Amino acid sequence: MNIRAFLVLTCLWSACAQAELSIQITQGVDNPIPIAIVPFAWEGDGVLSEDVDQIVMDDLQQVGEFRALSPGNMLSLPNEEREVFFRDWRVLAQDYLLVGKISRAPGSQLVQVQYEFFDINRELKLAGEILTGSVTQLRDIGHEISNVVFELVTGTRGAFTTQILYIVSEQSAGGQTVFRLEKADYDGQRAQVLLESNEPIMSPSWSPNGEDIAYVSFETSLPRIYTQNIATGQRRQITNYPNINSSPVWSPDGTRLAMVLSKDGSPDIYVQDLLNNELIRVTDHPAIDTEPAWSKDGRSIVFMSDRTGQPQIYQMEVGASSFNVERLTYDCFQCMKGQFLPDGVNMVHVRRETRQSPNYQIAVLNIETLRVITLTDTSLDESPSVAPNGSMIMYATKFGGRGVLDAVSIDGRVKFRLPSSTGDVREPAWSPFFN
Amino acid sequence: MFVSLLAFTACSSTGDTDEGADTAQNGSGSGSTNTATSSPASGGGQLTQEEIRAQSALRQTVFYFEFDIAEFKPADRDTLAYHARDLAANPNKRIRLEGHADERGTREYNLALGERRANGILNYLIVNGAARSQIEVVSYGEERPAQSGQMESAYSRNRRVEIVAR
Repeated sequence: MNIRAFLVLTCLWSACAQAELSIQITQGVDNPIPIAIVPFAWEGDGVLSEDVDQIVMDDLQQVGEFRALSPGNMLSLPNEEREVFFRDWRVLAQDYLLVGKISRAPGSQLVQVQYEFFDINRELKLAGEILTGSVTQLRDIGHEISNVVFELVTGTRGAFTTQILYIVSEQSAGGQTVFRLEKADYDGQRAQVLLESNEPIMSPSWSPNGEDIAYVSFETSLPRIYTQNIATGQRRQITNYPNINSSPVWSPDGTRLAMVLSKDGSPDIYVQDLLNNELIRVTDHPAIDTEPAWSKDGRSIVFMSDRTGQPQIYQMEVGASSFNVERLTYDCFQCMKGQFLPDGVNMVHVRRETRQSPNYQIAVLNIETLRVITLTDTSLDESPSVAPNGSMIMYATKFGGRGVLDAVSIDGRVKFRLPSSTGDVREPAWSPFFN
Repeated sequence: MFVSLLAFTACSSTGDTDEGADTAQNGSGSGSTNTATSSPASGGGQLTQEEIRAQSALRQTVFYFEFDIAEFKPADRDTLAYHARDLAANPNKRIRLEGHADERGTREYNLALGERRANGILNYLIVNGAARSQIEVVSYGEERPAQSGQMESAYSRNRRVEIVAR
């Protein structure tokens, strides 16, 4: 068994928790994989603040591929390998079994979580380890176990230890609007405020290693781009050009920021080097060019332009002649906010099909086959952000008149919602993998 | 690896570089529609028809737009001309044009659309005598709606440019 150590940090999670979001599965798959997750035994004193097996169950169910057996229907409640009888699970038509127990780590304040994961049909132990951490890290340990289970079953790396950024706006008691930039686990738990302002905050985005973020803040009364280090909180104002400064997006190598500036009259795409501040103009057109997104190789940028009268998505190489533009979308009234999935072929975007139907939906266009799959059926969907494993897309929509965050699987079959208790939530930005 | 994501300084980074964020913005975005030049009209003198018309025009500081349209309404042309002449006559006067959009369409496009609307009015004011240096333009896109709600009555109030005195 491999033992992984967790750094102990006293972090005041609860003090920072703002809008506690809770998951609601709105749509699942037809034939989910049956998995039995036995409640983990707690061998210490008192009550644990986190329910590790429940965290794993929530993770696996909300991405849709799994259906967890209710503990009330289990014939036995094993906590380790020697208590497992495969027959008990085969009669219940389960494919996989997860068992575990939690105890105090000897001679410390830490806890250790031992888990084991089995393939029922092959009567085989697929994984097992002991994860050690503080009580406040039990949630991370749960997500880590979910990653292991998810990857063993689906072959795809799990994104359960990733995080999201998003913006909340809320009316304060005095009637003023307060804007917050928040960071939370991918499922909305453990929200922390990174920035609060009486002026709008927009367009949060992650650096490729997840250590820094960039965003637009109107705190000087004008939209300007800032970066902020997550660990230290250190901020840096990156731009102070006249007019619009917006849409900062890190290049895949982390050395440059693509952005939108209208200093020369109309919004155009620029790239600024973060070390020497050199600025390269990418697009040069009197129409609106905005919403830059990098190609995977960092050589070209996908962007939106209304140069034909309505927003469509284009691509061009950084440093190429401004005539050398490739148009990627044609068969929509408006196509906006394009971004390639990790496969480099499918492009998620916001789509308004026709002038007559005023619905903005999240769709995926395969730029080789030109096949379009519309993933959502609500009408004000925007700001799609892709999980680093490419399995799900989080986006902003409206529910009951308020802004909420929804996520949909890449095939459109599974949806879940992160409803917040207060305010308008929007502009989700899914983090990269942190390691 | 896994450890690094836990290393935040929780909550410590709220607006460090931000000294001016809490200061009042001269009513920016808060719907302060009345920025009329409060010349002491009640000083006993009789106002001419033209002066009355000018004062009434200067009281209109919010201009509404059609969906996805950046040009101001032809009906607002005369009113905006009065604003331009007022700026020309008062070279020390400074205004801010705040452009806004409704929430349909993406946020970045709406930010650009708000600027395009404000620039349309900016150019018209300059053509009619205002100096470029008197006018600051800022777009809030869909970030500061005048009215919330997902119906045309709210949308039509949010597609606007506001003239705010500085």
